[in-house]
Amino acid sequence: MTDLSLSRPAPAEAPVPRALARRVLPYAMLSPAVLVTLAIVFLPMVQTAWMSLHDYVLFRPNDFTWVGLKNFRAALADEVFWISLGHTAIWMAVTIPAQLLLGLVTAMLLNQPFPWRGLARALIIIPWALPSVVIALMWVWIYDSNYGIANEFLLRFGLIRQAIPWLADPSTALGAIILTLTWQGFPFFAVMILAGLQSIPKSYYEAASIDGASAWNQFRHITLPGISGVIMTAVLLRLIWVANSFDVIFVMTGGGPGYATYTLPLYAFVKARTNLDFGYGSAIAVLFTLCLMGVVVFYLRRSLKGAE
Amino acid sequence: MALRRVSTPRRILTVDLPMLAILAFTLGPYLWMFLTSVSEESTLFTRGPSLEGASFDNYLRLFRTVGFGSNLMDSLIVSLGTVAVGLSLSVTAAYAFSRFNFRGKRILMLQFLLINMFPLVLLILPLFVLFRVLGLLDTHAALIIANSTVAIPFSIWMMVSYMNGIPRSLDEAAMTDGCTRMQALRRVVLPLCLPGIIATGIYIFITSWNEYLYALTLGGRNVRTITVAVQTLIGEYEVQWGLLTAGGITGALPATILFLLVQKRLISGLTQGAVKG
Repeated sequence: MTDLSLSRPAPAEAPVPRALARRVLPYAMLSPAVLVTLAIVFLPMVQTAWMSLHDYVLFRPNDFTWVGLKNFRAALADEVFWISLGHTAIWMAVTIPAQLLLGLVTAMLLNQPFPWRGLARALIIIPWALPSVVIALMWVWIYDSNYGIANEFLLRFGLIRQAIPWLADPSTALGAIILTLTWQGFPFFAVMILAGLQSIPKSYYEAASIDGASAWNQFRHITLPGISGVIMTAVLLRLIWVANSFDVIFVMTGGGPGYATYTLPLYAFVKARTNLDFGYGSAIAVLFTLCLMGVVVFYLRRSLKGAE
Repeated sequence: MALRRVSTPRRILTVDLPMLAILAFTLGPYLWMFLTSVSEESTLFTRGPSLEGASFDNYLRLFRTVGFGSNLMDSLIVSLGTVAVGLSLSVTAAYAFSRFNFRGKRILMLQFLLINMFPLVLLILPLFVLFRVLGLLDTHAALIIANSTVAIPFSIWMMVSYMNGIPRSLDEAAMTDGCTRMQALRRVVLPLCLPGIIATGIYIFITSWNEYLYALTLGGRNVRTITVAVQTLIGEYEVQWGLLTAGGITGALPATILFLLVQKRLISGLTQGAVKG
């Protein structure tokens, strides 16, 4: 990327001020956004790290004692912390592949010619536009133990003998939420992969079918390599988002029954919100962020390489 | 794959029917919610939701007794405010990223990408403490600021991608004709990427409209957005599913419609980076 205006020689009358203005201009144009994000994002983040090193319970606002790493030691010895971490891992290990697989199938279908393709493509992304609270509400209604359609449906087809309280039973609650989140997130994969599919030149397939390659071989040797970049990016982005978001869980079960659907960000939030223990909540948030950093760094390195 | 002419019956079997099944899975819950919301309350639990004797009573109740009108207003103020803040701060920044090479460009772009990766829970606690000190808790301003943490970096990235699509020769021609940089931005680049700006603005609107955790933590009493109101309904009207689902549909409708309106442009902006990367 070369900026032509920069390489053009400056007019002779006032060379110094104009060159200076040119050098300063991009910073001046950036400064509002940078300053605001420093104030509302980076300072608060530093403050979280700072709070995590203190005893800070909100109903004792004057008690802000330095305790060093005490909150972190407490977290690592806390059973609920490990339960939440385990759930976060299960949750990501199941939800993301499920979303990816369903998204891939949907994208492949949407890439075929059929009369109502435009309509299907528009409708498929609706879950993505819905507020998480509404998503939670409608799935709570679907899973309702007395009148929910999930039980009704399974009972009618004889798949279960009696109604199951999906969200109230510790053994089914996490699975039920994973289904909801898969539903919420697969359109994102579908849309991303579809864009990738459409960027593969048609001539590749022409050449392959002339050479007599089977559909499976075409998929393996042309389609998959063609969309692997998009899939990687989408998986990384989704990993980060899915790990971060806990609003659907919060509304659907609040983490319960017991600790059956706790995840790390939810635990940090609940600690701070209900126990008002901001020191401990911050420590969990910091630990969670550190876990996530691995994925984030990997993603950033990829996308910066792409940006050049 | 796409080349071989497929006979219509075979196409229906391998494409149309699977697609219908996926769409049924996608839209089913939404339609089910709508059906519940217009069903007669008296027969809802005996015969299940049905269109027989359908009415919009639940929606009327929502506005008359529950006061959804003021919740919609709060959501509207917060969302429009976030759009204004997000767009106005990011236009010049996006232009600088798209048109100049300067020291620290990479690290600054990285910074904006990084912000969206941090967990919300890391920000929500200090913002609560900060707003409490400033006396901003439970105001529209608090929610606008909180939503801007997401909106600013996002709109910068979207706008950089739109502006990169506009040839530099255009702003250079304008400057040769005597425009300054800022004039070239205002008169040439901005009008050309207006569709992109509108799409970005609408996306910010949708995300702010849908936002729940900030709205719950930093607002909730005086300023109660639609998402918090829906969640409160769940607590207060536990078994009145007709009313609850009507609330859900009302809360989701504005965002759904807006999204369908701009989805094409929005998706091309969102996926561009991913496909290239």
